[in-house]
Amino acid sequence: METIVKELFPLLKEITGYIYPNEIELQWGILVVVYPYVTGLVAGAFILASLVKVFNVQELQPTYRMSLLTALAFVIVAPLPLLAHLGHPERSFEIFFTPNTRSAMAMFGFVYAWYLMAVLLLEIWFDYRGDIILWVKTEKGWRKWIHKIISLFSKDTSERALRFDKKAVKVITIIGIPSAFLLHGYVGFIFGSVKANPWWSSVLMPIVFLFSAIVSGIALLLLIYMVVTPLRAKEIDMACLDKLASYLFYVMIIDFSLEALDFIHRIYESEESIKILAELFSGKLFVSLIVIQLLIGMLIPLGAIASVKMFRTPGELKKLIYFVSALLVQVGIFTTRWNVVVGGQLFSKSFRGLMVYKMTFFGLEGLLTSIGLLLLPFIILYILFNILPPWEKAREA
Amino acid sequence: MMESLKDKSKNSVARRNFIKKLTFFCTSLLIPSFVNSREKSEKAKKWVLTNGYSPAEHYWGMGVAINKCIGCGRCVDACKRENNVPREPFFFKTWVERYRIFKDSETIVDSPNGAINGFEYPRVEKKAIIRSFFVPKLCNQCNNPPCVQVCPVGATFKAEDGVVLVDSNYCIGCGYCIQACPYGARYLHPVTQTADKCTFCYHRITNKMIPACVEVCPTQARIFGEIKKKASPLVRFMRMNKIGILKPSLNTEPKVYYANLDMEVK
Repeated sequence: METIVKELFPLLKEITGYIYPNEIELQWGILVVVYPYVTGLVAGAFILASLVKVFNVQELQPTYRMSLLTALAFVIVAPLPLLAHLGHPERSFEIFFTPNTRSAMAMFGFVYAWYLMAVLLLEIWFDYRGDIILWVKTEKGWRKWIHKIISLFSKDTSERALRFDKKAVKVITIIGIPSAFLLHGYVGFIFGSVKANPWWSSVLMPIVFLFSAIVSGIALLLLIYMVVTPLRAKEIDMACLDKLASYLFYVMIIDFSLEALDFIHRIYESEESIKILAELFSGKLFVSLIVIQLLIGMLIPLGAIASVKMFRTPGELKKLIYFVSALLVQVGIFTTRWNVVVGGQLFSKSFRGLMVYKMTFFGLEGLLTSIGLLLLPFIILYILFNILPPWEKAREA
Repeated sequence: MMESLKDKSKNSVARRNFIKKLTFFCTSLLIPSFVNSREKSEKAKKWVLTNGYSPAEHYWGMGVAINKCIGCGRCVDACKRENNVPREPFFFKTWVERYRIFKDSETIVDSPNGAINGFEYPRVEKKAIIRSFFVPKLCNQCNNPPCVQVCPVGATFKAEDGVVLVDSNYCIGCGYCIQACPYGARYLHPVTQTADKCTFCYHRITNKMIPACVEVCPTQARIFGEIKKKASPLVRFMRMNKIGILKPSLNTEPKVYYANLDMEVK
């Protein structure tokens, strides 16, 4: 208790205007920013994988399995920031066992379990099954056993079985697309349905969340592909990279239009909350919203990819532009989540004043934990890449 | 030939069985034991029934006569003492706001430390004040409470007598209810790490007493009572005054009724 109170006292001086006295303590800090960011990457990576299977985009084949494993690595981490921010993490299982069916947040357990179990794990299993059986035959020691267990001891490599695998993957992907939409749309709904908070309360919120998720997922896969391929001493497939960048570009345009629509709509309707929101945008959120989210995270990458498309660019420069753009997009989307989650708690519901958020460095809800949680998926991904190599070459071995 | 056909059919049966089992396994993960907030309010009901109090026979509300409030803050102090609310200025079940509305329509609102020690006498203002008053705030015990709707585990619920309560042994401390409350009436208790709020002093009203804030108010600015019984002082208060509620557009249907509510109060 003392530490919480000690942290709150200095904040009293930084409040502007009038806030309800209970509002000084910000309830959702950086961990709750990490959560929608990570789930967004999951949904985005999965939708990218679906493009290959459902829409038959052959150029993206090299990223297909990579996207699935990336989605898996991130979905494993997704609930951790939520768990760490709870006042009573030991009671978190109640969300699964005794959910309040009227609560949007209670649906978390079902959406998450459905997505992980019924979609992601199944699709990966069916897609890898044939290969794993082949690997088991040539391997020795613990690797052999791990693969045996992962294949659930299946041995059937007949043509019919493999055909069934393929069909199953396709069906699961088709179910998976709406599921991925659900996974992240639902996260948007958690915020969009809070009528008490005018910055959150918007029907567009789930859709904006979804498209920004796809943006971040594609950008992440572009980064992973560009880092992993040279590390394996392989040539980057330019057709694949161009396609990734194209999709990134198109989805960013949709995302940008939706966000612009939301913004214009707010200003045009000019409701009761507009004065305090305007004060927020021009003050405390100016750098993160206008400079980082809009300029650095959206307009600059859009312009960069557009100019690569318009002018003939040499291969190496093109790679550099794609890479930097994808990095900026990641920064931009993370800031988008920040502006929603933290930004929505910086103004009083009395619409008369602004609060402050002081992030701690150490502690369960601090910056260090968040950085750890953002690095953890990459460690899991490294392990997954080792156990289930996503590259074509591994199939022949 | 026969051999291979047999093999095939065996295989497909095995596969069918496997898929059956897999589907069964996956769906079993999605079947929880649904326990809703109603069940929990039943529990609370049993507890209060042991005191000889029957929630079904009551429906509580509070009236606030803004013109009578002198901003002394006795109610804030009494509330904190009665309910073991931390004394620090970040946790309040009730607080008092002071409004000063100037001739140029500028409005200044303040509530230093929730007005637990009242207000300092205002320095002589340069501009002319046209209206000034105090507004006690507390949980509105909404009939359509957004906090109850969003609670993922149903730890916060509306009891049969209309009072919105929190089961601190059940609350997971996610803070969603605090986000959902439009009135800033909830806080996360720094010791229990669970959501906390005004309960109309539930331990008192179920024992034939009135809430602490109502009891200590020297000007009787707060009126506690039944909403549905004719003989209630609250019903009389609502008959004699023009009544306003906070943020009516959000359709939360508060049961805290303000007489002479100014448009500047949000």
